[in-house]
Amino acid sequence: MTLRAIWAIYRYEMTRFFRTLLQSFVSPVISTSLYFVVFGTAIGSRIQQVEGVSYGAFIVPGLIMLSVIMQSISNASFGIYFPKFIGTVYELLSAPVSFLEIVAGYVGAAATKALFIGVVILGTASLFVDLTIAHPFAMVAFLVLTCISFSLLGFIIGLWAGNFEQLQLVPLLIVTPLVFLGGSFYSISMLPEIWQKITLFNPVVYLISGFRWAFFDMADVPVGISLVAIAGFTALCLAIVWWIFRTGWRLRD
Amino acid sequence: MAPILRISNLKKTYKGGFEALKGVDLDIREGEILALLGPNGAGKTTLISTICGITVPTSGSVTVNGFDTLTQYRQARAMIGLVPQEINLEPFEKVINTVALTRGLFGKRRDDALLERILRRLSLWDKKDSRIRELSGGMKRRVLIAKALSHEPRVLFLDEPTAGVDVDLRKDMWNIVSELKAEGVTVILTTHYIEEAEAISDRVGVISEGRLLLVEEKNALMARMGRKQLTIELREKIAAVPPGLTDLDLELAGDGMSLVYTYDTQKERTGITALLAALSREGITLRDLSTRQSSLEEIFVGLVKEGAA
Repeated sequence: MTLRAIWAIYRYEMTRFFRTLLQSFVSPVISTSLYFVVFGTAIGSRIQQVEGVSYGAFIVPGLIMLSVIMQSISNASFGIYFPKFIGTVYELLSAPVSFLEIVAGYVGAAATKALFIGVVILGTASLFVDLTIAHPFAMVAFLVLTCISFSLLGFIIGLWAGNFEQLQLVPLLIVTPLVFLGGSFYSISMLPEIWQKITLFNPVVYLISGFRWAFFDMADVPVGISLVAIAGFTALCLAIVWWIFRTGWRLRD
Repeated sequence: MAPILRISNLKKTYKGGFEALKGVDLDIREGEILALLGPNGAGKTTLISTICGITVPTSGSVTVNGFDTLTQYRQARAMIGLVPQEINLEPFEKVINTVALTRGLFGKRRDDALLERILRRLSLWDKKDSRIRELSGGMKRRVLIAKALSHEPRVLFLDEPTAGVDVDLRKDMWNIVSELKAEGVTVILTTHYIEEAEAISDRVGVISEGRLLLVEEKNALMARMGRKQLTIELREKIAAVPPGLTDLDLELAGDGMSLVYTYDTQKERTGITALLAALSREGITLRDLSTRQSSLEEIFVGLVKEGAA
């Protein structure tokens, strides 16, 4: 494994991010503010508190997760799809690097960008509501792990996609519903009993629950299970990427 | 001396069943310039892609300086630079960044002085901060070469380096190739321009329909296959080849104002003396003489036709 190759990819990907820094910064600030206006004000006026936490503060972890997950996927999927689309992928395939270096470079950069967005949202949110973070280290760990695991998922989508429509397909049809139904804006305990059971099949529930625990020391599912779920998801994505590079699927003829 | 690149019985069949390479064997010597000639679809790019790791071979093996390109791909690929046929570059990136990326990908320490030397040599230094999309087609091609040279390869593949390039740039490219040769870099280039192979290569390989028809020293090939023609211009028009000369390989041309004699330069007797004596016997007076050697192109066309037959 050569660190220089990882660094080269990482740096190159990050320059693209810095080229569009203003957009990268402004869009999450605006969308977070909109969520607060719509959800915080409209729904918050009806639901004052969820399990002792003000509704405005309650939705912050979910909001951060929502953006971080979407950003991770779109950054990573675009990051690897673009070289495939314009043909520069030849360079990765003919370089003396293994899939580990390529993944570390691309996924590392995509996760860094998503992490940056997450921090920006956290900052914006703290302007609207009073926030306390009960377990700061766990909060950072959950955030970083989410960035990495969903960047891996995005990377797989980017490798798989044969055109721009497919690139949007998985995030739009699968990830967005899972995130919205994963308890970003509500507690699972607020659902009818049957849906409380069904929703446990949604992996995002574990993420948001764990992340919310780090803020407010309250969770829908035990935090240990959340950690196992996210670690398992990361391992699964990594295994798929390894398989793709080993077989050359959608990469090498 | 062991070859720098050894290709053994390399085969590639694409998913659709198309056999792009039908068992290629080739040894390439260190420091030589090998030109691979062949029509479109002959398998030139597949051959290069398979060596460089972009395409997976169906069977056979390739070693670079003894390292297998599949099992020891790190050592093997580290020695290879590739200039692809298509202009594959990120349009919004700066020249210097894309060149630095390649060097980094090959695990080499950042070396600004070296990159400056490479960019200067390719007349790209004043464009180093330009975005790729602002460059002309020829400049983009130079950027591809700069990227390939950035990690100091010992073997350089140039896939159709001068396709769609103007005459000046083509000459420039040839100069760069001979400079690289002087530094000991092995260069393998594919081309359909025969004059390119003729001008810069040491050896010529002819590939057609996935098979390597031959690999030979360029000069030996030209000499072996080279037919020469002697054109004899006549002072007076003749209606037919005189009966006394019909045994010779003579053709009447230019409306009876000239005779063309085809002969083999490799033969001990070319028959020229006898021909001239016979002409004078027949009382034919000559106005001028000229000879012409057949070009690699004619040789190549002949070979491909033979291969197809």
